[in-house]
Amino acid sequence: MIRLLALRELRSLFAMPSTWFILAALQFIFAWFFLARLEAFLEVQPQLAQLANPPGVTITVAAPMFNTIALLLMMLVPMFTMRLIAEERRNQTFALLLSAPLSGAQLVLGKFFGLLIFLAVLITGVPLMLYTLVLGTAIDHGLLLSNLLGLLLLTASYVAVGLYISALTTQPVIAAIGALAVLAGLWLADIGAAAENSPWHFVSPLYHFQNFNAGLLDSGDAAFFVLFSAVFLLLAIRRIHNNRIYG
Amino acid sequence: MSNAAPETTLCARHLTRRFGNRQVIHDLSLELKRGEVLGLLGHNGAGKSTTLQMLTGCLLPNGAEKNECSIEICGIDLLRQPVLAKAHIGYLPETPPLYRELSVNDYLTFAARLRGMQRGAASAALAQTRQRCGLEAVGKEIIGTLSKGYQQRVGIAQAIIHSPDVIVLDEPTIGLDPAQIRDIRNLIRELGDCSSVILSTHLLGEVESVCDCVQIMQEGKLIYGGTPATLASYGGEPGHLEENFIRLTETQR
Repeated sequence: MIRLLALRELRSLFAMPSTWFILAALQFIFAWFFLARLEAFLEVQPQLAQLANPPGVTITVAAPMFNTIALLLMMLVPMFTMRLIAEERRNQTFALLLSAPLSGAQLVLGKFFGLLIFLAVLITGVPLMLYTLVLGTAIDHGLLLSNLLGLLLLTASYVAVGLYISALTTQPVIAAIGALAVLAGLWLADIGAAAENSPWHFVSPLYHFQNFNAGLLDSGDAAFFVLFSAVFLLLAIRRIHNNRIYG
Repeated sequence: MSNAAPETTLCARHLTRRFGNRQVIHDLSLELKRGEVLGLLGHNGAGKSTTLQMLTGCLLPNGAEKNECSIEICGIDLLRQPVLAKAHIGYLPETPPLYRELSVNDYLTFAARLRGMQRGAASAALAQTRQRCGLEAVGKEIIGTLSKGYQQRVGIAQAIIHSPDVIVLDEPTIGLDPAQIRDIRNLIRELGDCSSVILSTHLLGEVESVCDCVQIMQEGKLIYGGTPATLASYGGEPGHLEENFIRLTETQR
């Protein structure tokens, strides 16, 4: 059932021309950014080569690129999550799901994985671009993998927040603005908190991404992402149940 | 079904529903046997749609936790085992729940699989349902590009594709032309042979031509129950369906 709902979500996404347009535009932006970073690296490379232990291409090109994509996704994911439940409500298609033999958990997870798969497809262009560097130099596979894993977990947490906020309202636009406000708020609170041990650091997904970005696989960070996503998915399931009670 | 005594497919007891302080449904009980077509009549705002939403599990009645009410679909408690019970329901809400960006075939297959049909069974059901609802010619079309009448028929098709035991139709013939209305009425009669059908409507002619029994709703209560024939001859000579309906709903105000 979860797979069926996820596939339906994907089918609807790919049936819309705007999806293809966004896919193409983002690949262009990613490629632009990749080439710009690469050019900057090639300019400073002669100086770097004189250092005793010079930083490689992965840390100078790939790591900043992933960091930018993490920020870009923060603004992008709400545009996709807004449709998930709010639009079903507005188009009155939600009754089909509510009267179908589905539990709330199946409904929420189906939508969650459907969008997550789409976003995973959207960012596969990035590792493919980075792996073209293998033609000219050696790259740090470990750093690349930890970044990819981190980005996937980060995206999952964004989708969970967006899905919950989409479950709260009937207006997709409000869902988008709400999710963007929450995500940007968490990010700003994180970078605004000066103290090293401020609790704001702990609740911000982007803060926990920094270790993955530096190539550090910390099980604490991974656990944070899983817990963060789980909390918002549970809230969304709860909200859909309340939908039946309050109408 | 050749059984001597038709089984009860739907049994609702003591449903009440409030929205805020406004009581919309007052202690409503309904029973439906296999092979029956029940017409739910009433003015706008009488609570017909709310009742149908409760019968399909889209809305919980008040007091569901305290066992004050019960809804049974084919003997399965809808409030306690919703997932099992809902597999026996087909529901067409007031606005057909259509994913406008999908093609008719994709959408109907999704609807069938959503109700737990296997892939092979779903494609067989798809062919049969398209034929029944007159959708053979538009299988590959995108739903959003179809006319209102076709969209309504797609809505009916999604409600019956998994051959449910209880079919709930909220104003099924709205927006159709007279020829289509006749086809859909024939279809509803046909469905009523092996399932139970509840339909809400404003059209008295519809009740006369397809329903085995009628319930009239007024301000959240059932005020009259009987067959269309007894309603037509209620309080005197036969053939006054419309006058009797108006008289009943006026006097109860």
